[in-house]
Amino acid sequence: MKLSVRLAAVAAVLVTAACAPQTSGNSTSGKDEQSGTLRVWLFQEVNNKPKEQVVQSVVDSFEKAHEGTEVTVEYIPVETRAQRIKAAFNDPASAPDVIEYGNTDTAGYVKDGGLEDVTKDFTSWSEAKDTDPTAKQSVTVDGKIYGAPYFVGVRALYYRTDVFDQLGLDVPKSQAELIETAQRIRAAEPDLYGLVVGGAYTYGAMPFIWANGGELATGKGGSYAAAIDTPDAQKGITAYTSLFGDDNCPAAKCAGMTGNDTITAFASGKAGMAIGGDFSHQAVEAGAVKGKYAVVPLPGVEPGSIAPAFAGGNNIGVLKSTAHRTLAVDLMKRLASKQTQGELFDAMGFLPTFTDVRGQVAEREPFVKPFVQTLAADTKFVPASPAWAQIDSSLVLPTMFQEIVSGKKGVAAAAGDAAQKMDDAFGSAG
Amino acid sequence: MPWLYLAPALVVIGGLLVYPVYQLGLISFLEYTQAQVSGGEPTSFQGFGNYARLFGDEQFWQVLLATVLFAAACVVSTLAAGCALAVLLTRVRAVPRLALMLAALGAWATPAVTGSTVWLLLFDPDFGPVNRILGLGDHSWTYGRFSAFFLVLLEVVWCSFPFVMVTVYAGIRAVPTEVLEAAALDGASQWRIWRSVLAPMLRPILVIVTIQSVIWDFKVFTQIYVMTNGGGIAGQNLVLNVYAYQQAFASSQYSLGSAIGVVMLLILLAVTLVYLRLLRRQGEEL
Repeated sequence: MKLSVRLAAVAAVLVTAACAPQTSGNSTSGKDEQSGTLRVWLFQEVNNKPKEQVVQSVVDSFEKAHEGTEVTVEYIPVETRAQRIKAAFNDPASAPDVIEYGNTDTAGYVKDGGLEDVTKDFTSWSEAKDTDPTAKQSVTVDGKIYGAPYFVGVRALYYRTDVFDQLGLDVPKSQAELIETAQRIRAAEPDLYGLVVGGAYTYGAMPFIWANGGELATGKGGSYAAAIDTPDAQKGITAYTSLFGDDNCPAAKCAGMTGNDTITAFASGKAGMAIGGDFSHQAVEAGAVKGKYAVVPLPGVEPGSIAPAFAGGNNIGVLKSTAHRTLAVDLMKRLASKQTQGELFDAMGFLPTFTDVRGQVAEREPFVKPFVQTLAADTKFVPASPAWAQIDSSLVLPTMFQEIVSGKKGVAAAAGDAAQKMDDAFGSAG
Repeated sequence: MPWLYLAPALVVIGGLLVYPVYQLGLISFLEYTQAQVSGGEPTSFQGFGNYARLFGDEQFWQVLLATVLFAAACVVSTLAAGCALAVLLTRVRAVPRLALMLAALGAWATPAVTGSTVWLLLFDPDFGPVNRILGLGDHSWTYGRFSAFFLVLLEVVWCSFPFVMVTVYAGIRAVPTEVLEAAALDGASQWRIWRSVLAPMLRPILVIVTIQSVIWDFKVFTQIYVMTNGGGIAGQNLVLNVYAYQQAFASSQYSLGSAIGVVMLLILLAVTLVYLRLLRRQGEEL
């Protein structure tokens, strides 16, 4: 027994030495130096060289305009960005001044206290008036602006021209036609999925919900409420889940698929149609279907209409802890300017967030036309709430779709449960 | 002053064991998310709030039940496979023994992510050789709840039986041959020799490998995460560790994650203590 007494004593010493878990003092530095080194973190893309060249020319002109400044750019891997950026928030001393971040992360980063409010700088920026409204919404939380949109990504309908020609099919004009066409492809070519869909492909499913007049959640700022169980949203869920079946995409295989899985299936020639992004272009070009496919906007419910798409993409923001606020804001504007975005499109194929620049690039590169049309028609965004990260990572929507397509629950029950989980998350994230 | 000599070891144990567990426990009583870590919001004391939220979640109980049953099945299968192959090792000639050893060590050395991916590929509905050999067409193994759990169980057993096999084999080798010979002369069957002679003599080793297996299989993460794509269709294959990751760590809710960690720690501690107590009651000192 003597041992445990001594052990307890040692433990007690250690316990008193240990303090509460760490919290960093992440507040505005208060300083606004006009010279020195600015650090920038941008995402490392698959083929990064062209991006580096565009960024380097921005950096050169910035350093020329502000004497005594130096800019160091670091490209961080996309897979570990969450950890890197969290670490930057935790340790302001070694944090960068300017970062690129995914637009679904905006609300979370703002709640974490990491991003600087740049509302005034953004609204007084001459180029900002041409920013498309959804892109602007993706940098806005509670009416305040926390960055400048960098590029957008949007999904549309990829289809196999050879299969359509062979079967004498027309490009679907409405959601009903889309589903019917998918079933006709599968009936004629049992080795192909008609329209390849995935139970874990949330962003591919959202257009169906929005096209039927549904919403994921309604509200503004901190007070969102789930709307996934409204009758309109349920109509969209029913339409999407009707695609899982032996007559199109068997649930046993498709229920577990992610967006990437569906693109892989399409690129390898196993599907007649797929919902893919402008960013999926390279993957499809590298696959077996190169030269045998085309892209059109995903049809909505009304014949001839376009289903609202999810506007993904990245933003450029200034960190709250920066000691060079004025300079950092200027660098942010230069990195996200019309000119840079135009060059970035030529280099990387990223769609600009300014409507006028986007129109110009669509003239030059016909491939992006269906995506630009989709953006021009209507795009939507996920709730700008810090709870979204939790809803996303705890797979609330994939679970809902999978419960329905595997026959575990009906549409109403599954949607009701999902709404409950979303409301819990909105409630606890405040 | 014998304690002085023990002090270095105690400091290491304290630093590596007591302090982290203390922090885990402390965080589980706070509201501690990324916003608190990076100073966006103040840290606040929640009492048993995180635990109440956890225990109030119906899914937690389902996942807990699934985890216990799945871990139990894995432990039993691993021990059965490991012990059977250990006995087999003592009965075969040098060359097949070496081959079996090498195969087992290969499985043991394979990283969990690689092993899981390979098993998944073997059972792939479109390209997998298993379906082709069994003539199952494009049957999907990961679609049904039990078939997905079964597939993961196979992988878990495959990558953890070598530890049991090698340890038990070493134990058998240490058993004096006269004892086995005497049993054989008395006309005992192979099963009888295992049950009445080998198993009792190997008890300390079996205790170790059982506890090890219980802890490993209760904490299984990689296999479920990779093979069922993060918990299976509609979360049907979630186990506690994956659940903790999705509910808590992936969205930076460290306090809720810590609460789940504490619950797991207590369960494992209880299982181990009960098991040791049972053994002791049977009269054998370990």
